[in-house]
Amino acid sequence: MTPPTPFPGDPPITPELVRDHNLTDEEYQRIEAMLGRAPSFAELGVFSALWSEHCSYKHSKPVLKTFPTAGPQVVQGPGENAGVLRLPGGWAVAFKIESHNHPSAVEPYQGAATGVGGILRDVFTMGARPVALLNSLRFGPLDEARNRYLCAGAVRGVGDYGNCVGVPTLGGEVDFGPGYSGNPLVNAMCVGLLREQDLITAAAHGVGNALLVLGSRTGRDGIHGASFASEELTQESERRRPQVQVGDPFTEKLLLEASLELIASGHIVAIQDMGAAGLTSSSAEMAARGGVGVEIDLARVPTREPGMTPYEILLSESQERMLVVAKAERLPQIQAIAAKWELTATPIGRVTDDGMYRATWKQRVVVEIPGQRLIEDCPVYSPAAEEDPEIRRRRAQRPSPESPVPSPAEALLRLLDHPAIASKRWVYEQYDSTVRAGTVIGPGGDAGVIRVRDAAFGIAVTTDGNARYVLLDPFEGGKAAVAEAARNIACTGARPLGITNCLNFGSPERPAVFYQFREACRGIADACRALDTPVTGGNVSFYNESPTGAVDPTPVIGMVGLVGRVDRAVPSHARARGDVVFLVGETHAELGGSVLWEALYGLVAGTPPRVDLAVERRLVDFLATGAERALFRSAHDCSQGGLGVALAEVAMGGPYDETGFGLEIDLTTYGGRLAAVELLFSESQGRAVLTSAPDRAAAVTALAAELGVAVSRVGTVGERGGSVGLRLRDAHVAHPVDRLREVYFCAIPRRMGD
Amino acid sequence: MARVAVVVFPGSNCDADTLAAAREAGSEAYYVWHRETDLQRADVVILPGGFSYGDYLRSGAIARFSPIMTAVAGHARAGGPVLGICNGFQILCEAGLLPGGLVRNARLRFLARPTWVRVEATDTPFTCLYEKGDVLEIPIAHGDGRYVADERTVAQLEASGQVVWRYVRDNPNGSTHEIAGVCNAARNVVGIMPHPERRNAPVLGGQDGARVFHAMEARHATQHAVDVRAVGDRHLRV
Repeated sequence: MTPPTPFPGDPPITPELVRDHNLTDEEYQRIEAMLGRAPSFAELGVFSALWSEHCSYKHSKPVLKTFPTAGPQVVQGPGENAGVLRLPGGWAVAFKIESHNHPSAVEPYQGAATGVGGILRDVFTMGARPVALLNSLRFGPLDEARNRYLCAGAVRGVGDYGNCVGVPTLGGEVDFGPGYSGNPLVNAMCVGLLREQDLITAAAHGVGNALLVLGSRTGRDGIHGASFASEELTQESERRRPQVQVGDPFTEKLLLEASLELIASGHIVAIQDMGAAGLTSSSAEMAARGGVGVEIDLARVPTREPGMTPYEILLSESQERMLVVAKAERLPQIQAIAAKWELTATPIGRVTDDGMYRATWKQRVVVEIPGQRLIEDCPVYSPAAEEDPEIRRRRAQRPSPESPVPSPAEALLRLLDHPAIASKRWVYEQYDSTVRAGTVIGPGGDAGVIRVRDAAFGIAVTTDGNARYVLLDPFEGGKAAVAEAARNIACTGARPLGITNCLNFGSPERPAVFYQFREACRGIADACRALDTPVTGGNVSFYNESPTGAVDPTPVIGMVGLVGRVDRAVPSHARARGDVVFLVGETHAELGGSVLWEALYGLVAGTPPRVDLAVERRLVDFLATGAERALFRSAHDCSQGGLGVALAEVAMGGPYDETGFGLEIDLTTYGGRLAAVELLFSESQGRAVLTSAPDRAAAVTALAAELGVAVSRVGTVGERGGSVGLRLRDAHVAHPVDRLREVYFCAIPRRMGD
Repeated sequence: MARVAVVVFPGSNCDADTLAAAREAGSEAYYVWHRETDLQRADVVILPGGFSYGDYLRSGAIARFSPIMTAVAGHARAGGPVLGICNGFQILCEAGLLPGGLVRNARLRFLARPTWVRVEATDTPFTCLYEKGDVLEIPIAHGDGRYVADERTVAQLEASGQVVWRYVRDNPNGSTHEIAGVCNAARNVVGIMPHPERRNAPVLGGQDGARVFHAMEARHATQHAVDVRAVGDRHLRV
C-alpha cells in the first residue's frame, strides 16, 4: 500500500502523540499491523475517534450483547441511529437516548443544547418526525453555587434548543447527589413518528453514488469530542471548553425539514447525522454498514474558516450537519430542496467498490484504511469485575439507633422538600411541552402521553433510573429502573413496547465500576425479558470521573408504550371528591436506599428494595387493562418516598391547580406489623395508588382478583383544599393539602434563588 | 369556506398546528412560504408561532422583512383579518401592524404553562364567538412575551377597547396591564401570546381556544358580501 502523503505541518507520530490520542500501545501496534506502516497524523486522528469508547463500545460490547433485542414489535433493533418499534395502522415510533455529560460538565448551556440537537438528528435521520423530547439530568447538591450554575445552564440549554426546533419536551427526571458534583449527567431522548414503509437506514450503497454534506459549514469546534467523552474529567478539562460544540437550533429546524423532505422525495439513498467524531464516524459507519468503500475530497468540504487541515475537517464536531448518499444525477433536485430551506448540499466524495476508507486533499491521498477493518478490528475488552468491599459495608449499614426519628407527619414534609422528590416545575416550565398540539399528559405526570393525529391510539414515554439502588445493588437497581419505567407507562394506561438505555458509569478499567456496569445490565436484561420490552439501542457513557471520584452508577431507561385509546389516558392526580382510593401491591420494610434515609441522615445505605418481576408484569397488565376499561380516575406509581409521598402527590394535583384534594386514608389494617415510618416511606416495588369513581370500585377489585394483583381499598378523596389525613396503627398524619403544595412546589425554586 | 393562509417563515414551528386547527374549524387552510409575494386570495392570514430566523437579533425583527410581509400589510390595510400568534404577534408588532412590542419575560426565562385569559373585546374577527368576560385556559410557551408600550399608547388601547385578551389569576410574564393580546384601531389585525391552536379538543385537556378558529369561519359565512380578498399585492372587494 502506498503511504498517504503527509500534510504540511503534521507532527511526527511519537509515542506521546499516540497516548494523547487515547490509544494504548497495543492498539497502536494493531493499527500498524493493519496498515503495514505507520499511520499518518490524519489517520491517527481517525483511529483515535473510531476506536474511542464512545464510538467503538470496546469495553461494553460483550455485555450489551446480552440484552434482549427481538420481538414482534421490533422494526429496527440496535446498530442504527435509532431503534424503531411498530405501532398500529402502519405507524412506527423511532427513539433513542444519548448522553452529553462531558461537554455539559465544562459548558452546561452548549453541552446540553447540542445533546438535544444530536438526538433529534439521530431520530429524523431515520425518516421520523420528532414528536417528543425527554431528558434525564443529574447534578450535585443545590447548596453549592457551581451545581446551581450547572443545573440552570443545562436546563436552559435543553429548553432553548428543543423549544426553538418545536418539539415538545414531555417529561424526564432530575435528581441530585454528591456523586454528581464533579460529574453532572445530561441525557437526552427523542421520540419520532413515521410510517413504517418510510423507514430509511444509514447504509451507503451504490458504487459511484455521491456523498454530500448537508447543512452547516465545518469549523474547528468539537474536535476530539468523542475522545474527550472517553476520558476522565480532570482539572485540565476546563481547557476543553473550546472543544465543546456550539448549537444553532434555527439551522437544526431547517435541517430537520430539509432532511425529511429529501427522504420523502426519494432522491437520496441514505442519510446520517454527523455526530460524535463528525465526518469521520458518519462516513466510515455508513460505508461499513453498506459493505462499500468511500472516497472523500476534504478540500471540497465547506469550512467556516480558512486554513483548516484534513485532520481538523475529519474530526470537527461542528453541529447541524448531515452526510447524504445519493445518485449523482439527482444532485440538482437535492440542491433545490436544500436551497428552499436556506441550506447548502455540497458533493464531497463518492461510494467506491474497493472497500477502502479514503480521504484526499486535492488529489493527494491523506487517509487510506481498509473500511470494514477500521470499524470491526477495534479491540474488544472484557475488563475485570469485582464488587467494591466498601459497597458491601454500605449495604450492611443502618441509621444509628441513636439517630433522632421525626414524627411521620414531619418526615413527610422533609421528603416533599427534598430535591429528589420535590416538584420539578422550575425545570419543566422552561421546556415547551405543548407545541405540536398533541400533548395529552405533559411533564409532571407519571409518563408523557401524546396523541397521533387521526388515530385512536397514543404514545406514552418516560425516562427512569434510581442510582441509589444501583449503587447499593446494581442488579436489583437495573431491574428497578426498567420496572419503574414500565409502571410509569402503565399508570397512564399504556402497555410498554420497548426501551432505549443510557448507561452512565465511571471508568470501566476499574473492576469496581465494571462490576456495577455488568450487574446493572444483567438486571436490565432480566427485567426487559420479563416485561417484553426489547432493547432497541442506546448509549454507553463511561469515564464519568472527576477529581472528586466516579459518578454514581446511573443507568437510565427510556421507555415507549402504546396507549390503545388515547382519550382514556389516565392522569396521576385525584380528580373528584368521594372517589375511592386503592393501594395496589404490597409494602415491606424496605428503607434501604430510600430518600427518607438520605433526607434525615444523609445516608445512602442498606439493601435496596427487591424487584419481583412477575409481580411487576401482573401490575402493568392490571393498570393497562383497567385504563382500557375506564375504571380509574387517576393512577400514580409509588416509588421514591414511598406510600406517604405517593398519596401526597395524588392529593396535591398539578402546579397550576388552585388547590388539591383532601384525602381520608386508613392504613390501620394495611401493611401488617410495619411501623408507621416503614409503612409510609419504604420504597417497595410493584405498587401504585389508584382512585376510582365509587360505582367502578367493585370492578377494580374484581379485575385485580382476576389478574392476581393485590389491591386494598384504603379510603376516599376528600374535598378541594381539604386535609390529607393518614391514619396508621401507631401514628396519625394530617396536613392541609395547601401546606403540602407550598412545600412541594417551592422547594426547588427556593434553592435556585427564585 | 374561508381561505386561511398560514405564513411559514424559516423557524416557524406552530405552522402545522395552526393549519390543523383552522381546518378542524372548517376552513380551507394552506401554507404560504415567506418568500412568496401572493397570499393566494386569502380571506384570513395567520402568522403562526415559532422562532422565525431563530429569533436571532430580536423576536420577529428579521421576519418582518420577508417578501410576503408586503402582501400581509396590504391585506391588513384593506381591512382583511390578520391573526398573529406568539411569534406571529411579535412579527406584527415589529412590522408596525400592531402597537407596542414584546420583550423578555419578567423573570428572564422561557415559560411554558397554562394561563387564564379573559376575553375583553368580542368585536374582532377572532373573538366574535366568545362572550365578553369569558375566562379561557390557554397555554403559553415563550421567552419574549411581556407586552410593553408607552404610557400614551397603553391609555389609548384601554380607552378604545383594543385590549382583546388579558391575563387573570396571575400575570405570567409581567405584561403591562396584564395584556395577553391586542388589536389595531381598525380591529382587523389581532395578536395573542397564548396558543389557542393548542387547546381545541377535549383530548388536549380542553377546547377553550377552538372558537378563535370557528370565528373565522362563522364571520366568513355571515360577512361574505364585504369580504376582502388579496390577489398579489392588490386587494379586491368581492
